[in-house]
Amino acid sequence: MSITKRLMYVNRRAPYGTIYALESLEVVLIGAAFEQDVSLAFVDDGVYQLVKGQNTTGIGVKNFSPAYAALGDYDVKKIYIEKESLDQRGLSMDDLQHLTWEDENEDYAEKESMHLVSREELADLLEEQDVVFSF
Amino acid sequence: MKFGILVNEGPYTHEASDSALQFTRAALAKGHEVTRVFFYHDGVNNGTRLGVPPQDDRNITREWSSLAKEHELDLVVCIAAAQRRGLLDADEAKRHGKDADNIAEGFRISGLGQLIEVAIQADRLMVFGD
Repeated sequence: MSITKRLMYVNRRAPYGTIYALESLEVVLIGAAFEQDVSLAFVDDGVYQLVKGQNTTGIGVKNFSPAYAALGDYDVKKIYIEKESLDQRGLSMDDLQHLTWEDENEDYAEKESMHLVSREELADLLEEQDVVFSF
Repeated sequence: MKFGILVNEGPYTHEASDSALQFTRAALAKGHEVTRVFFYHDGVNNGTRLGVPPQDDRNITREWSSLAKEHELDLVVCIAAAQRRGLLDADEAKRHGKDADNIAEGFRISGLGQLIEVAIQADRLMVFGD
């Protein structure tokens, strides 16, 4: 398939409590094989999905947060975190996993995947997309 | 226009499935193409033929099945989401050693690639959910 579209996955929900976050990540990982222009946005409670040091022992649910670190290997390099959502929850970028990707054209130099954006900037990014998956 | 439809919620609890059904029907009536309807999350539960809603209520699964028959719609249930929730066709039931299957007429089970494919091919992907 030669068409390249801009696909954005909008993650709006906490990682546990509902299955949306996990099943969204499953779509992203499968979708990576289609070599599209993919980005992820984390907004509202969705920002909790990237919080470091998650421990789910108490709720008996699998902690799937380590899988986010593999996104770079799947060529998912654009991860947008909405600043207002972090602020409202008393979080900062330091509370989140640091996701990177390796640039094979520059001797596998590690590059930044995480981008802090304002609500307004995210609205512009959404406007640019061909397809928006909202989970 | 070519539409792809994504249904993320199960029937009856949530109106998303009704809305998706009505949208699909209206789009077809206007002469648009619905390339595929993909059922994900609890949306896979729209595909069970074992639901028995009260007779004075709508039967959402049956409505999807008959719409599919009438318009040769491609109704695809996500395999991973379906396995978690116990929605099986005959092949899946056999593969997992289960004593029954429950998929409704006109639905088929396939992978998430089918969702990405329709998202790329269609002019618009409509997401119905919470």
